[in-house]
Amino acid sequence: MKGRLQDGAWSPYLAGALVGVLAVVSALATTGLMGKTSYLGASTTFVRAAGLLERAVAPERVAGNAYFTKEKVQVDWQFMLVTGVLFGALVAALTDGSFKMEGVPPAWAGRFGPSVGKRAFWAFAGGIVAMIGARLADGCPSGHGLSGMMQLSLSGFAALAFFFGTGILVARIVYGGRKHE
Amino acid sequence: MSSQMLGLLTGFAFGFLLQKGRVLRFDKQVGAMRLRDMTILKFMLSAILVGGVGIGLLSHWDWIQIAHKPLNVGAIAIGGVLFGAGWAVMGFCPCTAIGALGEGRWHALFAVLGMVVGAALYAELYPLLKSTVLAWKDFGKLGLPEALGVSRWAIIPLFWAMCLGLFAWFEKRAL
Repeated sequence: MKGRLQDGAWSPYLAGALVGVLAVVSALATTGLMGKTSYLGASTTFVRAAGLLERAVAPERVAGNAYFTKEKVQVDWQFMLVTGVLFGALVAALTDGSFKMEGVPPAWAGRFGPSVGKRAFWAFAGGIVAMIGARLADGCPSGHGLSGMMQLSLSGFAALAFFFGTGILVARIVYGGRKHE
Repeated sequence: MSSQMLGLLTGFAFGFLLQKGRVLRFDKQVGAMRLRDMTILKFMLSAILVGGVGIGLLSHWDWIQIAHKPLNVGAIAIGGVLFGAGWAVMGFCPCTAIGALGEGRWHALFAVLGMVVGAALYAELYPLLKSTVLAWKDFGKLGLPEALGVSRWAIIPLFWAMCLGLFAWFEKRAL
């Protein structure tokens, strides 16, 4: 197993193992700083972002909503964690030359053509459905997958099985099952 | 240090590693769901294997608390199916969409916008869901060790063995 692959990428085993170390250090650091252990996660931040945007146009609607009240619309630890992901990825991509402006992913273009509008529409629609699902399931592949399974949570194993099981099925319908290209 | 600053630093390291492992790509995400390229599974399981040992030790020493999410079966099943379907079409999960923007894949912006709209819609649906799906059977905050009545340290070596076997199989099949 090589640590470094071509084009500046790291082995997914190595990068993943380092995320494991990061998750442990983060659990310890959040416990020390906030008195309560916080685990890596992302999807609640989208609720807070929606609440912040909605508050700008309809503050009374946000104040009166039970879910926004429950999740507290604020820029908290996890919100900044998700923000940090953007910058971490940017720096990694710029320093190894893998940064690339891309409007349509290669695998998508291979199946559905180079239309940016088509890709944008389906990414948007998929995003709506995925986030409703993530909030109902109470987590995403970070919160349920990484953090849940690390703790051996039954909910983490169950959620990841549904995520991947459905993902495999729908990907087969959308992108086709046979090898082409 | 503020909790926001800690979050930003942790997120920066997380985003850096996600990018270095090349798991932020649409092609990798969809490749895993099409069972052709297991990069994201190798990445996730490696993180879980290493993190699982560390979290297990620190919680054993009472340095951190375990925080299981509740096993609310109906919500996890329906939510999991919706998430899986959206994930396959969008080609990103929440974290990787943000990270993909960072590496210049700006089509991820539409995924991010969709997810913000989805979150706002969920907030509107919440009162209805709370009295229906979310009120169904909830087994509570349950861990595999308690459910099976065995020690965490009986499960972790077994999980390591299963994953290492899976990794060997991935490498043999060049997945």
